[in-house]
Amino acid sequence: MLELALKGSPRYWGWLFFLAILIGAGFIAYLYQFQIGLGITGMSRDVSWGLYIGQFTFLVGVAASAVTVVLPYYLHNYKKYGRIAVIGEFLAIPSVLMCMLFIFVDLGQPMRVLNVLLHPTPNSVMFYDMIVLSGYLIWNILCGWVILMAERKGAPPPKWIKPFLYIAICWAPSIHIVTAFLYQGLPGRDYWMTAIMAAKFLSSAFASGPSLLVILCMIVRKFTNFDPGKEAIQTLAKTAAYFLLVTIAFYLFEVFTAFYSGITSHQYSIIYLFKGLEGYSKLVPVMSICVLLAAIGALILVTPPLRKWEVTLAIGAASTFLCMWLEKGITLVVGGFIPNPLDRVFEYWPTLPETIITLGVWAFGFFVLTILYKIASSVKERAIFDKYGEKQIKA
Amino acid sequence: MSNIDRRHFLKLLGIGAFIGIGGSSLFEIVGKGTIEASVEQYKKVPEAFQAKRWAMVIDLKKLDQKIINDCTEACHRIHNVPKILDPKEEIKWIWEEKFKNAFPEMKDDYMAPEIKNMRVLVLCNHCDNPPCVRVCPTKATFKRKDGIVMMDMHRCIGCRFCMAGCPYGARSFNWKDPRQYIKDENPEFPFRMRGVVEKCTFCYERLDRGLPPACVEASKGAIIYGDITDPNSEIRKILSSNFAIRRKAKLGTKPSVYYLL
Repeated sequence: MLELALKGSPRYWGWLFFLAILIGAGFIAYLYQFQIGLGITGMSRDVSWGLYIGQFTFLVGVAASAVTVVLPYYLHNYKKYGRIAVIGEFLAIPSVLMCMLFIFVDLGQPMRVLNVLLHPTPNSVMFYDMIVLSGYLIWNILCGWVILMAERKGAPPPKWIKPFLYIAICWAPSIHIVTAFLYQGLPGRDYWMTAIMAAKFLSSAFASGPSLLVILCMIVRKFTNFDPGKEAIQTLAKTAAYFLLVTIAFYLFEVFTAFYSGITSHQYSIIYLFKGLEGYSKLVPVMSICVLLAAIGALILVTPPLRKWEVTLAIGAASTFLCMWLEKGITLVVGGFIPNPLDRVFEYWPTLPETIITLGVWAFGFFVLTILYKIASSVKERAIFDKYGEKQIKA
Repeated sequence: MSNIDRRHFLKLLGIGAFIGIGGSSLFEIVGKGTIEASVEQYKKVPEAFQAKRWAMVIDLKKLDQKIINDCTEACHRIHNVPKILDPKEEIKWIWEEKFKNAFPEMKDDYMAPEIKNMRVLVLCNHCDNPPCVRVCPTKATFKRKDGIVMMDMHRCIGCRFCMAGCPYGARSFNWKDPRQYIKDENPEFPFRMRGVVEKCTFCYERLDRGLPPACVEASKGAIIYGDITDPNSEIRKILSSNFAIRRKAKLGTKPSVYYLL
């Protein structure tokens, strides 16, 4: 099937070439980091994780969100998702790859990464994260590929794939729960040490993932003959809407707990992010934009006419995705480190090389995504009807 | 050798690889106990100081600026800790803090300024229940039988999970190559390389030679150390007759460093 990715329009090749340039730039910046050390980033003794780990955390959510498509289709036989199930699975693959790359570029001694396998340590949450992420990658490649292959041959998917589909569905939440456990089990980091972290991670993932899928479906429809279907896009938007509301609620629960209890150490990070602490307020603009985007996203996705009109829907989905990206990809990680254990504020802002490396990893993810979607859409363009008799090609 | 054909060569290669891979892991499984036992045996040199659980008491009344500087200086010189002025990349094993920073939960508007700003020496607490050890994905940081929380800087992959886990800010990361920041090197203690985490190791290497930790030696009696499980030890006598506090004890980390006010 890979040969399908080798035939494409000049626009397709141009896009891949553009991504390749970004990947190359990221790689060169990484060589610089490899030589000098992580000192070229904005991270410090006090804010010892930054953009990389933030992106990792966010993208685990995007990967897990494939379940919002796969579950309704395979468990509840929601036929409208028949066309886009593979779109969800194929989003999970580059997301997990990006997660792994972000962990890798964050390591101080990347050449020793295999020590995690050589000295497996079951008391470390990182150990489980490694297992669930690799497992999830394998299940999604397997399921996505086998089912698409069957579709290409015009045959129903083989029966043996079913157990793997169910495993993948159960597996999806686990990757994000384990990622939340990386944070919520640490004593002395009050912003993270909350039982709602795992729940909030899942809800925000199920808001950001479907929002991204809405946009991706629109792009696929515009540039290929494959039509994911208006109804499928609308259902994705509804999923994003409800989970966005749930996420906002979860955040407010956290604010209530911190401020009604009056426990100051639980309030500092929140104050830092929204108002600034002791005169330090670098992340206040980020958090303000985040709040604004959440409001726009919620307004559009929840209001039926705005959700149905695809111009506003695109804006709402993009706002939701960006809002979650700012929250989880930057403020969650950095905010947890402020103030430091010695009650001092040291701020963080990513440096240029750090940003270029981050862009490079994202470009790599989109490169893989483009190729996978090219394959999927080529297959879908040929198979006029899916197995439920739904037409796949736009009229 | 000339009559060895391709098929035969590949067969030999396969068998060799199998023995190599299988054999080494077998050795690890069978040999593990033996290796550990021999290491234990090796540790018991006659002059070495030993304890069931090492602990430290820092008497804040006895600390003055000179003692604090001497302790920090001694530790950092002996362990080749680089002197980096940029607080972002600073590496410190033991250092001076104000009371209000070392014990932020005790901060009080009406606390006497001399207490609020009292000088405190802080270092790794060698917790009995260390979160850093719990989170490390490679066992690069581990608790020894004598309570010392150790670092294997050759195994550390630099993921910095331990730094997020430590509620005391006791861990430093080598953001760049530290050698350029070391002036008088001590050839008896290894350097670190960039990309690994480091921290106080309770001077395990000095205890092995029957010497007290460097900070204890430089402290002129302000820092007392000993075996906290031994009821007749000096440290136990001090703890049973004085009011001592530990940093963030409510977190359940069970620090082994006590402070006398």
